[in-house]
Amino acid sequence: MIEKISRRRMIASLGTGAGGLLLSGCDRITRSAGFQAVQSAAQDLTMGLQRLVIDRGALAREFDAADMSPVFRTNGNVMPVSASYQAHAASAFADWRLVVDGLVARPLSLSLDRIRRLPARTQITRHDCVEGWSAIGKWTGVPLKLLLHGAGLRSQARYIVFHCADDFGGNPYYESIDLVDAFHPQTILAWAMNDRPLEIGHGAPLRLRVERQLGYKHAKFVMRVEAVESLAAIGLGKGGYWEDRVGYQWYAGI
Amino acid sequence: MPVTADAPDEEVEIEEAAPPEPRGGDIVYRHRASTRIWHWLNALTIFVMLMSGMMIFNAHPRLYWGEYGANPDRAWLVLSSTRAAPAFPGWATIPTSYNLAGARSWHFLFAWLLVVPGLLYWTWSFWNRHIQRDLAPTRDEISPRHIWQDIKDHARLRFPTGPAARHYNILQKASYLGILFFLLPLIVLTGLTLSPGMDAAWPWLLDLFGGRQSARSLHFIAAALIAGFILVHLVMVVLAGPINEIRSMITGRYRLPREKP
Repeated sequence: MIEKISRRRMIASLGTGAGGLLLSGCDRITRSAGFQAVQSAAQDLTMGLQRLVIDRGALAREFDAADMSPVFRTNGNVMPVSASYQAHAASAFADWRLVVDGLVARPLSLSLDRIRRLPARTQITRHDCVEGWSAIGKWTGVPLKLLLHGAGLRSQARYIVFHCADDFGGNPYYESIDLVDAFHPQTILAWAMNDRPLEIGHGAPLRLRVERQLGYKHAKFVMRVEAVESLAAIGLGKGGYWEDRVGYQWYAGI
Repeated sequence: MPVTADAPDEEVEIEEAAPPEPRGGDIVYRHRASTRIWHWLNALTIFVMLMSGMMIFNAHPRLYWGEYGANPDRAWLVLSSTRAAPAFPGWATIPTSYNLAGARSWHFLFAWLLVVPGLLYWTWSFWNRHIQRDLAPTRDEISPRHIWQDIKDHARLRFPTGPAARHYNILQKASYLGILFFLLPLIVLTGLTLSPGMDAAWPWLLDLFGGRQSARSLHFIAAALIAGFILVHLVMVVLAGPINEIRSMITGRYRLPREKP
């Protein structure tokens, strides 16, 4: 009821030409359950339509070396605080293992050396932050689909979750994508950037690249890849740290 | 279908056939229902888009040309923006205080209300010949002499009266056509270019605008021009007689200004 009144008031204030000055009601609408349901429906519509328009295999543009950003800035966490991560970082991830588990027939535990010897893909792509900036860099890594094939993804699996070593105030970072993006040829777990081993600030030892979505989907410091049927039991259930905490859209193709 | 298609023609026939020609003080039917509905929907939509857009801009208040652009790169526009003192103040943004996720939700929800009714209005207005008949300039109107005369009349706040006020003048036609066929398509297409998903589907968007960061700059410039249009539009409504103008956009009926003696 409260939402209805404030929405009506908002429309009335605009309709009488009062302009945008009387829109304090918008903040209440933003927080209201009704508006969140509407915007979540609009989000589903947007994702549905984008999935219809964007071919499954359509590639994000790949650039030439001459197009690369002179400096590729870092953002988010640039050094995970956990003791175990820092120990791995100190030993150049020599004893570190990537775990691939969940709804798979053969869970994997792979050393960084082993991952580097797997077939790799190199791509020069544009990284788009949700804030608005873009940087072009060169990424080399193992296509995610090779790992999923290797582990034998079970047919119930719907999402791939990336568990990360970094956290915000004790809440670990995680992200998730669906199988359309998981099996996309440009979706890789990158271990090199700009022809050098991936730096800690950019997510060493592995960073997810999911090139048709915004930067917050590109999880850094990936420790574990988990195949799941539903996102409900992961984190707060919305499929990612920022999705849970501040309400970023799970589908970040827009 | 033929019934609805014929309806506007009938209205015009009645107007044209009615002798004598309406004079200053007469009420004429000026705005079709499609124009009135779209106008008021846009009055809401454009404000939400501008205000949520300004909040999104606050998250990274720098603009660049080219494919890439981030803090280490050269920006052509840099505004100072902090949580305490954002580039665009809270009274101008949706939501009021820093909330990029919320602003994106508003922006993408109302984008549907901008694009879908906009495309319907486009189609409908060609179909009912609103664009060809009311908005397309005549040969006389595009002569430099006529345009200059119209600019001088506007500058002196001398607005058309009597039968001349039944039609849009050339500056109005140019503004409405510019919004309808240049700024709105530009702002929608540059907005789509900001979507990494759409760039994969339609890479020609990147070529059309010279890269994602150029598209972001053009998106901002188009928004500023639309805001400028709204400002001038509101000033003109006030100067031309706000009651009569607003009533004509609600009921469609407009009282022709009386001829000056």
